[in-house]
Amino acid sequence: MASSATAQPGFTNSGIRKLSHRLRGGDEIAWLITLLFAASVLIVTALLIAELWYGSTAARDKFGFGFLTSKLWNPVTDEFGAAPFLYGTVVTSVVALLISVPVGLGAAIFLSELATGKWSDAITFVVELLAAVPSVIFGMLAVFTLIPMMREWIGPALKSVLGFLPIFQGPVYGVGYLTASLVLSVMTFPYIISVSREALMSVPREQREAALALGATKWESTWQIVVPFARLGIMGSIFLAFARALGETMAVTMVIGNDPSIHTSLFASGHSIAAVIASSFAEASGPIYPSALILLALVLFFLTLIINGVARLLILFTSEKGART
Amino acid sequence: MKRLILAGAMLTLAMAGVASAAQTINAAGATFPAVIYQKWFEEYKAKTGVQINYQPNGSSAGVKNLTEGTVDFGASDVPMTDAQIGAVKVKPLHFPTVLGAVVITYNVPGIATDLKLSGPTIADIYLGAITKWNDPKIAADNAGVKLPATDILVVRRADGSGTSGIYTDYLSKVSPTWKSKVGAGNSVSWPVGLGANGNAGVAGLVKQTPGAIGYVELVYAAQNNMAVADVKNANGKFVKPTFESLTAAAAAMTKEMPDDFRVSIANGPGDKTYPISSFTWLLIPSQIPDATKKKAITDFLTWMLADGQKEAQGLQYAPLPASVVAKEKKQIALIK
Repeated sequence: MASSATAQPGFTNSGIRKLSHRLRGGDEIAWLITLLFAASVLIVTALLIAELWYGSTAARDKFGFGFLTSKLWNPVTDEFGAAPFLYGTVVTSVVALLISVPVGLGAAIFLSELATGKWSDAITFVVELLAAVPSVIFGMLAVFTLIPMMREWIGPALKSVLGFLPIFQGPVYGVGYLTASLVLSVMTFPYIISVSREALMSVPREQREAALALGATKWESTWQIVVPFARLGIMGSIFLAFARALGETMAVTMVIGNDPSIHTSLFASGHSIAAVIASSFAEASGPIYPSALILLALVLFFLTLIINGVARLLILFTSEKGART
Repeated sequence: MKRLILAGAMLTLAMAGVASAAQTINAAGATFPAVIYQKWFEEYKAKTGVQINYQPNGSSAGVKNLTEGTVDFGASDVPMTDAQIGAVKVKPLHFPTVLGAVVITYNVPGIATDLKLSGPTIADIYLGAITKWNDPKIAADNAGVKLPATDILVVRRADGSGTSGIYTDYLSKVSPTWKSKVGAGNSVSWPVGLGANGNAGVAGLVKQTPGAIGYVELVYAAQNNMAVADVKNANGKFVKPTFESLTAAAAAMTKEMPDDFRVSIANGPGDKTYPISSFTWLLIPSQIPDATKKKAITDFLTWMLADGQKEAQGLQYAPLPASVVAKEKKQIALIK
């Protein structure tokens, strides 16, 4: 402490002079203001958790951890359980990723490794545009085009080919898990493309050159060297897309069928956490109902928090590894 | 999370409104009568200079805001329960304003209009007991109509709504099974079917899906020229939902009208009665300490029951029968 104080002459002067001197430089003010801004992020997050925690007290006291596994959702008798919503949220998000990961990864490989500069730039621009489209627009598009398509073509086609699987059985009304998953896949694949593309492009040139020098073809170098090298970044992009899919509200509520029950068939209608909060919160009355919805919000918050945390760690890990080589 | 932020923003706005203008009255509640309420409040402002802000945030929210004291009066499509009234500091009075109805809309291939349905049949469809359009129970009410063997797709509201409240109240009255299994409420646990958001969501899904059945408010159906079913009333007559059949439903209940106006007119008596109808109410505190506010609100009620009623039909709402208007005028004096 003492040695550092003597190293800075400002510290030995009188209090007022010291303060004015320090303020004149601007560094301290900037430090304070930016600290305040940074702290506000923490404060908002803390307030959010506190609000959700206290708002859900009535429901937490009544249902406890059984809330997560109960399938009941009856506002008349005040019995609530999160299982149908958790199931719907996770199933639609996972199926969405099953579709968007291959497409997104393929597009990212093309853009970073195979496309020429002009092509790559043009497509990347459109991908970023796609990521910025408000979700309600995807929802409307789905209501007018995807739901009839699902009912007339996609559903019957899947049923005739894969109808022996329990997930492709039952009547197809157009709305349901699969429709929601398709909408979510379109909404998430821009994220997978842009983040995966960054990860692929950050792979050092030497890796590719070494592979080519050893006689690998362009594709062998891409698939066996570049993609594995960038795998953690790619995984990060997948987790980000997953978190986005979990929290999606408008587009999902417009196409999922809003039926709070669990069905094996992807053609059946279900519900998701974000969708039920958005559609029921305004009219929820009584002591338990609003509290149960807030508890659902808390569940979703922790779910996304965990996914986001894992993604952050993975991305951190990749960038460190990239820097070391 | 979005909801919380929105609620916060609205609260701030509401507080700013209270602070800036003393002659402003705030109200909130039912969405169904919002169009006529806003027109009434606008005209009332032009006449008297008193501004009444109405926030159509839903019947349950109207009751909640009134209980919390964040509005001067509330509005609801469903009368308050005794427990809800007990929770409010100042006892609220119910003032019926106009009549609403819930109509059954359908998309049955080959049947454009005039499908006839009876109450127990509708309940069985919504319970999942009737699953085909050519079910004998539906056929019995539609002699001479060729009904297809299409599966019935039940569509209902996903969001909590006074419309669902009126509809489930009716189903509880015509079907004991519905009453014991599901019950009545703005949000219930639906045994079957798909949920859609708002009248527009239900109407859209029904229009798109062959074999679908749904329910929407009469005003919405009338504005959009939708096919609606005739429903069998308590006297055994099939009645189309019209302004006349709604006002008739209310008039037929006049004798049984309790003094506090908290009455369900669903499945009421009368040959001309459309059975799935309901009043919509303003919830006015019985004591208003601020004399200016009290005068403004009572003056508004008097005006609404006289001139206001005349505007109802032009905006696709059914006006109150004269007998109810006379009874309500007496209740205004109870506001202290």
